[in-house]
Amino acid sequence: MKILVCISNVPDTTSKINFTDGDTKFDTNGVQFVINPNDEFGLTRAMWFKEKQGATVHIATVGDASVEPTMRKALAIGADEGIRINAVPTDGFFVAEQLANVIKDGGYDLVIAGRESIDYNGGMVPGILASLLGMNFVNTCISLEVDGSTATAVREIDGGKEKVQAELPLVIGGQKGLVEESDLKIPNMRGIMMARKKALNVVEPVDATKATVDSKFEKPAPKGAVKLTDSVDELVSLLHNEAKVI
Amino acid sequence: MSILVYTESENGKFKKNAFEVTSYAKAVAEQLGTSVTAISFNAEENESLGTYGAEKVLAVSNDRLTTFNAEAYAKAIAEAAEKEGSQVVVVSSSANSKYLAPILAAKLKAGYAPNVVEAPSSTSPLTVKRTAFSNKGFAFTEITTDRKIIGVSNNAFGLNETGDTANVEDFAPTLDDADFSVTSVEVDKIAGKVSIADAEIVVSGGRGLKGPENWGMIEELAEVLGAATACSKPVSDMGWRPHGEHVGQTGKPVASNLYIAIGISGAIQHLAGVSASKTKVVINNDPEAPFFKAADYGIVGDAFEIVPQLVEKLKEFKAQNV
Ligand SMILES: Cc1cc2nc3c(=O)[nH]c(=O)nc-3n(C[C@H](O)[C@H](O)[C@H](O)COP(=O)(O)OP(=O)(O)OC[C@H]3O[C@@H](n4cnc5c(N)ncnc54)[C@H](O)[C@@H]3O)c2cc1C
Ligand SMILES: Nc1ncnc2c1ncn2[C@@H]1O[C@H](COP(=O)(O)O)[C@@H](O)[C@H]1O
Repeated sequence: MKILVCISNVPDTTSKINFTDGDTKFDTNGVQFVINPNDEFGLTRAMWFKEKQGATVHIATVGDASVEPTMRKALAIGADEGIRINAVPTDGFFVAEQLANVIKDGGYDLVIAGRESIDYNGGMVPGILASLLGMNFVNTCISLEVDGSTATAVREIDGGKEKVQAELPLVIGGQKGLVEESDLKIPNMRGIMMARKKALNVVEPVDATKATVDSKFEKPAPKGAVKLTDSVDELVSLLHNEAKVI
Repeated sequence: MSILVYTESENGKFKKNAFEVTSYAKAVAEQLGTSVTAISFNAEENESLGTYGAEKVLAVSNDRLTTFNAEAYAKAIAEAAEKEGSQVVVVSSSANSKYLAPILAAKLKAGYAPNVVEAPSSTSPLTVKRTAFSNKGFAFTEITTDRKIIGVSNNAFGLNETGDTANVEDFAPTLDDADFSVTSVEVDKIAGKVSIADAEIVVSGGRGLKGPENWGMIEELAEVLGAATACSKPVSDMGWRPHGEHVGQTGKPVASNLYIAIGISGAIQHLAGVSASKTKVVINNDPEAPFFKAADYGIVGDAFEIVPQLVEKLKEFKAQNV
């Protein structure tokens, strides 16, 4: 089985978010970038397929050279080789078309992406990608098994879960649940050393659709002070009369 | 030309978000000087969408579509959009809508803006305000393709009763076996329980509750309020509660009217996922807990004393206010 894990490079979850250039750009100053958490769950599941079912695991990222440390981290966790598509990922359609271009002739059986990137929260790359490639697609995937050419997946739905089946090749939008939290690996020294020698191929982008432009950003309005009380009577009355939520 | 809106139903009944997305579609239609056509799948009382501004409903009834199937639903919606000549398609932010929207985007070659919180701020180019950076910011997104898909955030726009009844037409999309190549084996939903996505009130517990055996009072509080139950990440990681209850940046997003956080410190990743809730209440015995800075109301105190008192008080309140 040949697996491609799509890795998006995102600000660490603890980052403070600021904008610059007249609120038209995300301010990367002082921001630490990491593997998108949803992709880390997917990558870790891919490692399971590598160990248990002899899968080969490649990773791909659309980004400029600044994403390479994040890709090296994914290689240190155990991916076999990387493909970087040398373009700034501005739009979901554009990213999906770039990924589709490297996947279409790559002979991949399984493409693991994340439910969404935690930066722009587009949640669209895996679905568009699957459609462009004519592959089956399962989103919000919390469990994945492959037996021969058939995948069995569980997806999270509002208020429960659904078990589905599909033939490979398959694209998933993965999330927490794909592996146990304790299975997430911090790369060790040996992994880091080995990652340095692994192939990280750079390919140039193809012409592609740009369907959306984020023209401006805004921070949420500052919050007023909390109203503290020590009586549940008062709380209930505030919720009823002031907030009008009960 | 009309705006097409995908209206979700469950067991034939429209979900509340169906009325919200229809209200949203009506607002867009007014800006663009056109009308709203809804598409529904195996729903009853299709005329009722008229109340929220739909002029016409394309009602699909098809046994193969009883269980949601993203590919088949997206194909049907794409066909409806072609038939109606719709330039804008409106969907919700439910798990199902977020599953089908990108497939629909590929089919229609349409740009898609998810998590939209307001009616478009401009129609040319069509620009929408949406949450980004897990609720730590907003983006104004221009959709530059001819056809456009807008995903409306839950609970952000609200309901507008603007119309009366809608004309209902049968609509039979062309589907074939290939559209059902992802097959549903089993759907597992707890009957009678409100989901976090649909809930107006969410009651959430954190590590401060000490152990799973103490969740009885959380369930009771949720029950008096008709609320969904949720939890912080470590609580689900330790197996005290199911993963489906984990809310936050890496869990489910919450955009309820009321969010009550009990024994939750308010870590940045937790707040990112729940801050779209309109009113937030915190119960925590540490006055320095960061959550108090993000909350509207708070009680500094021991959850094991406060929560049972609150349950009793709410029971009295409910008895008087029915
Ligand atoms: C990559 C990443 C992603 C993450 N994503 C998420 C996410 O999506 N969601 C999430 O929730 N977390 C997430 N976290 C974890 C987050 O950083 C915090 O560790 C977590 O939210 C803390 O959970 P808690 O508030 O339940 O526990 P704690 O931080 O331990 O807080 C417990 C609180 O309970 C209070 N307390 C104790 N006893 C009582 C009592 N008797 N009565 C009342 N209050 C009491 C304490 O004062 C304290 O404030 C993530 C972390 C990382 C690194
Ligand atoms: N620039 C990128 N390079 C590679 N994969 C990406 C990129 N952006 C998004 N993805 C993948 O698509 C998923 C969903 O991202 P998004 O649609 O941006 O929310 C991510 O979890 C990644 O798996």
